[in-house]
Amino acid sequence: MELYNGPLDTKEIFGRWLDEQAESNYGAYIPFVGTIRAEDDIEALSFDIYEPVLQKWFDEWQEKAKALGAVVKMAHAIGDVPVHTSSYVSAVFSPKRRVALELIDEFVEDFKANAPIWKYDVKNGERIYAADRSTPMDGAGLLK
Amino acid sequence: MIKVEFLGPIGKTPLEMEASTLAEVSAKLKEDSTLTQWLDKCAVALNDTMVNDLTTALKDGDRVSILPPVCGG
Repeated sequence: MELYNGPLDTKEIFGRWLDEQAESNYGAYIPFVGTIRAEDDIEALSFDIYEPVLQKWFDEWQEKAKALGAVVKMAHAIGDVPVHTSSYVSAVFSPKRRVALELIDEFVEDFKANAPIWKYDVKNGERIYAADRSTPMDGAGLLK
Repeated sequence: MIKVEFLGPIGKTPLEMEASTLAEVSAKLKEDSTLTQWLDKCAVALNDTMVNDLTTALKDGDRVSILPPVCGG
């Protein structure tokens, strides 16, 4: 798992991951890129991350992937990420395509639901929590 | 004494309190009106492990994290 301050250098990351696995005999490599769209007059999105819980979440996914003979990778931005740049990339390597296609879907969806990352719109230099696009994590409401 | 920290957009400074279970933490946090809008949608971690049981026992020095709704990517 890789965390960066500001937008991701997607080509460097994907190229490096590809090089790292060049001799691993995986038949499928499926990358996913999340790009900040220009909408609602935002200048950027901004992110807070709670790394200890994110690392545990990611470690569990690595174990799940390993059991299927696959590898999951991810990188995410911290702080401001301007429109038309990337805040999130992930990828799955697997021996055959079907496992990778299914795993990237599950992995990205669970990431959206349970990775401890908070998103803010940046407008006129001000950070506004994206409350209406955020999802309570599994187990939310325990203390209510 | 345990510590309660509020992550992301909650924007509240950490609290220290005496509590022997998460249920006691819940009771104390419910007295704070600034948290009313948050508690029903926040998840909880104990020493950086997610927890789902109010009867979870706490010991001196434990750290409880309050995690509001997320949106990575």
